[in-house]
Amino acid sequence: MTAAPAIPRTTISRIVKSLVLTMLLATGLTLSTATTRAQAPDVDISAALERFSRESLSQTRQAVTSIAESGAPQAQPLLSALLNNRLRFDPATKKVYYRSTGDKWFDAATGKTVAQVPEKLERVRINNRLRVQINQALGTLSLRAPDPKTRIAAAETIFKSKSADALANIDAAIKLERDDAVRSKFEQARAAIIVSREQSTPDERSKAIRTLGGRGDQAAIAALRSLPASADARSKEQAATAIKSIEERLALLAHAQNVWYGLSLGSVLLLAAIGLAITFGVMGVINMAHGEMVMLGAYTTFLVQEGFRALAPGMLDWSLPVALPLAFLVTALVGVAIERGIIRFLYGRPLETLLATWGVSLILQQAIRTMFGPTNQEVSAPSYMSGAFDFMGLSITYGRLWIIVFTLLLFFALLLSIRFTRLGLYMRAVTQNRRMAAAMGIRTPWIDAMTFGLGSGLAGLAGVALSQIDNVSPNLGQNYIIDSFMVVVFGGVGNLWGTLVSAMTLGIANKFLEPFAGAVLAKILILVLLILFIQKRPRGLFALRGRAVEA
Amino acid sequence: MITKYLISRHDKAGIVFLTIVGLMAVLAPLSNLLLPESSPLHVPTYVLALLGKYLCYATLAVALDLVWGYCGILSLGHGAFFALGGYAMGMYLMRQIGTRGVYGNPVLPDFMVFLNWKELPWFWYGFDMFPFSLLMMVAVPGLLAFVFGWLAFRSRVTGVYLSIITQALTYALLLAFFRNDMGFGGNNGLTDFKDILGFNIQADGTRATLFFLSAILLIAVYLISRWIVHTSYGKVLVAVRDAEARARFLGYRTEHYKLFVFTVSAMMAGLAGALYVPQVGIINPSEFAPANSIEAVVWVAVGGRGTLVGAALGAFAVNFMKTFFTTGALAAYWLFLLGGLFILVTLVMPKGILGLFGSMSAKLRKPGSSQPAALQPAE
Amino acid sequence: METIQQDIPQTKADDEEVNNFLSGERPAVTQAVLYLDGVSVSFDGFKAIRNLSLYLEPGEMRAIIGPNGAGKTTMMDIITGKTRPDEGEVLFDHGRHDLTQLDETAIANLGIGRKFQKPTVFESHTVADNILLALKGPRGPFACLYGWRNNVPAEKIDEILTTTGLLEHRNRMAGEISHGQKQWLEIGMLLAQDPAVLLVDEPVAGMTDAETVQTADLLRSIARNHAVVVVEHDMDFVRALNCKVTCLHEGSVLAEGPLDAVAGDQRVIEVYLGR
Repeated sequence: MTAAPAIPRTTISRIVKSLVLTMLLATGLTLSTATTRAQAPDVDISAALERFSRESLSQTRQAVTSIAESGAPQAQPLLSALLNNRLRFDPATKKVYYRSTGDKWFDAATGKTVAQVPEKLERVRINNRLRVQINQALGTLSLRAPDPKTRIAAAETIFKSKSADALANIDAAIKLERDDAVRSKFEQARAAIIVSREQSTPDERSKAIRTLGGRGDQAAIAALRSLPASADARSKEQAATAIKSIEERLALLAHAQNVWYGLSLGSVLLLAAIGLAITFGVMGVINMAHGEMVMLGAYTTFLVQEGFRALAPGMLDWSLPVALPLAFLVTALVGVAIERGIIRFLYGRPLETLLATWGVSLILQQAIRTMFGPTNQEVSAPSYMSGAFDFMGLSITYGRLWIIVFTLLLFFALLLSIRFTRLGLYMRAVTQNRRMAAAMGIRTPWIDAMTFGLGSGLAGLAGVALSQIDNVSPNLGQNYIIDSFMVVVFGGVGNLWGTLVSAMTLGIANKFLEPFAGAVLAKILILVLLILFIQKRPRGLFALRGRAVEA
Repeated sequence: MITKYLISRHDKAGIVFLTIVGLMAVLAPLSNLLLPESSPLHVPTYVLALLGKYLCYATLAVALDLVWGYCGILSLGHGAFFALGGYAMGMYLMRQIGTRGVYGNPVLPDFMVFLNWKELPWFWYGFDMFPFSLLMMVAVPGLLAFVFGWLAFRSRVTGVYLSIITQALTYALLLAFFRNDMGFGGNNGLTDFKDILGFNIQADGTRATLFFLSAILLIAVYLISRWIVHTSYGKVLVAVRDAEARARFLGYRTEHYKLFVFTVSAMMAGLAGALYVPQVGIINPSEFAPANSIEAVVWVAVGGRGTLVGAALGAFAVNFMKTFFTTGALAAYWLFLLGGLFILVTLVMPKGILGLFGSMSAKLRKPGSSQPAALQPAE
Repeated sequence: METIQQDIPQTKADDEEVNNFLSGERPAVTQAVLYLDGVSVSFDGFKAIRNLSLYLEPGEMRAIIGPNGAGKTTMMDIITGKTRPDEGEVLFDHGRHDLTQLDETAIANLGIGRKFQKPTVFESHTVADNILLALKGPRGPFACLYGWRNNVPAEKIDEILTTTGLLEHRNRMAGEISHGQKQWLEIGMLLAQDPAVLLVDEPVAGMTDAETVQTADLLRSIARNHAVVVVEHDMDFVRALNCKVTCLHEGSVLAEGPLDAVAGDQRVIEVYLGR
């Protein structure tokens, strides 16, 4: 239930997509220039270059055409230099030079850098008509670029422009292309052109519409909508059907994305609540300082990272794996200290425990504030947690994925350790029948301390993970305490599975409410629904039943 | 019957308390208004404002003690009732500004003009009239407490569960009032008040009157609470606190008992909040912060819960400390102290300051006896 | 009402039906003041009560015995509304009230009083106030705020305290008196409640022999004008009560009858009394 951006999902994905596209184009371009620089030109374009020096627009046009068709490696940077008024010629020698975006000069004939250019250089002039031609030529050139990413980006550009002039180029490119992924992009671009072109035959259209339907995204819908009014009825019908099926798919995808975000939020809730499920759920201790344990875990991560930064900056990616055991240890120790120092005197007095641990939380917050200051601390994400990938149309960030995986691992490890370890056995024994357990020789106070330490340690582990997605500040814990209690109570106190289901349900419900209500209102609604739910089932989703419960 | 009660049966702590607050109610405003500033007995205006604030806090504490100390309902959301009463007063004061606001709109408060609102939202209707506003100061917190309590007590949500959902309640309200769309001024809340019932809110005379009213409210809330806890009703409350199931098996509809006292307590808290706002000059969503409500609980605990007088005493003591610490170089230590207070009062002195006095005087009178006479909720 | 009905016999049935409809009561269908039939309840698959049937005549005293886990306390929970049975009928007052539809408060107000296994009194009230709170009378919030319960004459309370031997402790805190005294206080509270049926769970646990005898006398005198159900393990005490005995085992009735017959039953000896 942490605050999330209230921007509609579609906008985000659109922004992300365009960002990704720009990045791809940028990397593609730099890559292609790099290869250009590395290779010696095996095509002679000097005849074409000579035309630039004639100061005639028609000569320049011919030069552009022949350079574009030459396949020379420097053709792309050369033409983009021309487009941006960075192409010069020496009136005396008729030699042509271009300047890169990095302010380096290249010899247009060889594509090699030149240290010194002649002083008197003339600019090659262009007009709007030429600009259009150069743009198209550049698009075509990118279709043959050595880097597949550049080729895909070029195909996307054509897909969006639907310029019929590119048809011949793309046809040629399709024949040459060996990479299946790239070729399918080419075919989609071609289909977009075919669909939007007036003079296409119904058969061509029908095939193209199928191709676009196969692509199945917002851009495909746009391309299908560009079907000219003059198109035949059958094609129109086909296009309408294709649009509808794409829209259905997209709606489904949006739901899937919501579920994903919900799971991600749910795992954050679960992380925050999992320690509480032990201290509150199993022991019945109301630990209001639970959030501060999470915060201590996050600050431990911060300190570990600072240590790495100072001592071994090259191994920064290792800071999280190292922080995990340390955070567990630190918070578990603090937890044991709190249990031994305060809570053990208050067993059976839950309201007093609540107040005392609230006091502890104030002290811990203020201690951290005094030591580190009230501002947010920078905890950076390791390389394996940054970035995103596409999974069946869903954009999945590695950060979220890791947190979900980590949370589930933690959950099952906890479940198994309660089930199969000796401490787990003793824990269950003590919670079920303290006096009997004591009579069997179990040192119940020690088990109490260990159990509370375990719960606190889990909170610390949560802190390590949450440091990746939340601000590491003294108030970090405060943001989670109410949510965590809600999760545990909603799931049914003393039931770990209940906590899992409850966290995921709340996470997903929150994310599905957000598009309608906005982030804050969604959270308020969830809180109100929870309050109402607790009235209905005071003991949560998965309540224990029987005489013993009442006692 | 009430008059009979008023003139009878007051324990020592209660008489001392009533005397002190009564004297304060009269003497502090008079000294502020009549004595010259040079006089050593003059109460400066800022002290008066501070004490007025404390009086409102003390009223909140007494209201909280009524439900927690006597009925065992640890409400972590009483700050919400206080704040709602405060907002009702704030809305009245906003409507009194009229054309004197920055934008000079005769009807819309400044923040609505700023948000480009064209009309007054329906829930702001009537707040230009004081009697209606006064009603709302009591009715809104009362109604919320009634609905919330009706749901919670009927389904037997008790103990820490109740505490947690009261906390969630005030948290949800906090989030809601932060939203500009709610129509309560969002983040900034309501402020820049000009006058109340036609009197300039900054004037010394108005301040003195507000102070007097706060003291009278505290006395009234104390007397009503004391009356409630001294009847059989109060005995049932304590019975519910100690063994609710037993009370039910005796045939008491405990949820009705809890609901009534919870609602009354919320109304008292609302009035305290309403008098608080003109004295501090602002009401904003931070009043809903869960931390505020918990802090009020510690006032009660420090003073001694289940004593009413102790609650008021605790509110004064803790807030005096807070003022002392947070205004000086010791500000960084205040939260340590407050946190320590929470721990100390639960571990070492569960009966609060009044409990310490009680056991000390009991020891002096008859050594060996541990009967804390002043502490028992119902004699 | 009664006389009118006798005067016009042909409308009596109709009248009763209307009255019953208005008061939510059902017509009398049984002689028993308390009637349990085919009652079962299970907790998480464990059948605490299975097909239990029990009939209690008005003014009857009944002792319930049985090993731990036989369902004695659960049976009381069902009668008093703390636990809802999964199936079966629980009727009160000759079948006029279906107890499975009512909650604890409503059942208590119908006239079923209960003493708990672990003595439960209001520890921060005085002994006298405990009785005051238990006294039969209006129990609404406003009745308690300014109603008659604030003006109960001390004699009424003292009378009950005398009966239970607690008069000299009347102003002590209930938390301070001894365990046995708490047991008596709770019985005193039952007396003050004046219910039609008293459910008494282990009243002599932790009492000395002399106290046990006194308690048996007390209960017998109460039984003169109330129906009483006593759950107890102390067989001497049960013998002293001199009443019909029901032995429960695994949630249903194993044997029922005079103590000697039940105590002689082979199965009862097997599961409970031992050889």
